[in-house]
Amino acid sequence: MTSAAPLPLRWRTATVIARRPETSQVATLVLDVPGWPGHRAGQHVDLRLTAADGYQAQRSYSIASANDGTAVAITVERVADGEVSPFLLDEVRISDDLELRGPIGAYFVWNPEAGNPLLLIAGGSGVAPLMSILRARAQAPDPPAARLLYSSRDEASIIYRDELDRMATATGGPGILYTLTRERPTVWSGALGRIDRAMLERVGFPPTDEPLAFVCGPTPFVEQVAADLVALGYPGERIRTERFGPTGAVG
Amino acid sequence: MVITRGFSGRGRPAGRSSGRIPPGQHLVSDFPVLTAGPTPRTPLERWSLSLRDAERDLTVLSWADFEALPQSEMTADIHCVTKWTKLDTHWRGVTVDDLLKAAGLTNPPGMFATAECDGGYTTNLPVADLIDGKAMVATHFGGEPLTPAHGGPARLLVPHLYFWKSAKWVRSLRFRDGDHPGFWESLGYHIYGDPWREQRYTGDT
Repeated sequence: MTSAAPLPLRWRTATVIARRPETSQVATLVLDVPGWPGHRAGQHVDLRLTAADGYQAQRSYSIASANDGTAVAITVERVADGEVSPFLLDEVRISDDLELRGPIGAYFVWNPEAGNPLLLIAGGSGVAPLMSILRARAQAPDPPAARLLYSSRDEASIIYRDELDRMATATGGPGILYTLTRERPTVWSGALGRIDRAMLERVGFPPTDEPLAFVCGPTPFVEQVAADLVALGYPGERIRTERFGPTGAVG
Repeated sequence: MVITRGFSGRGRPAGRSSGRIPPGQHLVSDFPVLTAGPTPRTPLERWSLSLRDAERDLTVLSWADFEALPQSEMTADIHCVTKWTKLDTHWRGVTVDDLLKAAGLTNPPGMFATAECDGGYTTNLPVADLIDGKAMVATHFGGEPLTPAHGGPARLLVPHLYFWKSAKWVRSLRFRDGDHPGFWESLGYHIYGDPWREQRYTGDT
């Protein structure tokens, strides 16, 4: 990342090539970025919107896709009264151009060569960079064991549900446990309630297996989960956190 | 620059705040938390703050020592590299000038400093950006003691640089002759981080 004469990350023009609704509040935009250098699972991009009078707005979005040539997928959640997310969800059409810089990040990233068991813990749209990790893992030749614990408000809010379910049933696929905090469906095989220490102990790997944890979600969620993992014996340097919020990667 | 079809923008600052928002930033009213890894919690009886010259302690202050130093107030706009800006934040703490004075130093012992923190976080700054009232070790935000999530019991506050330079849970200021990249500076973020020049990432000019 750092060298004697670092190249600045330049703004690139990206073209929207696909749009996938994920839930009523969330959609994925697939962008084609000519010259894209590839990225590591967990990295993000900075997006820049420019109005006709020159006014600009920038936001960060996690990359949800694994490396796929010049295609980069971002998953956008609607922030009520937001300046950028409603525009991306309601106004942007296929073949529109957007500017971005990236890939950015060298901390909340997963290296496929790392043999540590992977514990991924998602709150809401915090699943986006963890999906990038799971997709990269699915392409890796000899990946470590992985488990995803994914907390959503209700069943209809689970992002990537079909793809995650397919992953879970594939040979060598990750273990996946969904938990719902505000709904009790009549038919439900997942967990109920907020992620707590007991749930983490049940789903997680023992600290002696030297697991690597990636935690992403709203700030209070991440604070609580990270503190619980510390209490369970996970060393701080093996707990990577990314806090999402209206000002973070989902604005 | 590409005009984004259909985008008019709703976040334009007006009146009092125009001219106070650096390029690429937008205003928030809450105070987001951004931290790498879990939040450390250090009891006050185990807390100390050191000023160090390379490897040597120049002074080590207990919490009581620190609280007995002259307390200063600072009102400042803060700018996080993740694009949020918050205006008129209010802090209380001890200026780096007063910390140097407490250590009996008339001149800072080096051109650069590294803030070293609980949890292993580090960040590097030119000493010129820490003195003459520009920076403090803050213990209070908005009249209340700093919570652990926001860097309590004490964090560095250098509001004229991107906020990752205002290191949470600071325990030591290490003065040195060279500029050694800290945690984020080694991971692709700018060595200096001036929000008005939009120095976010390595290589931004």
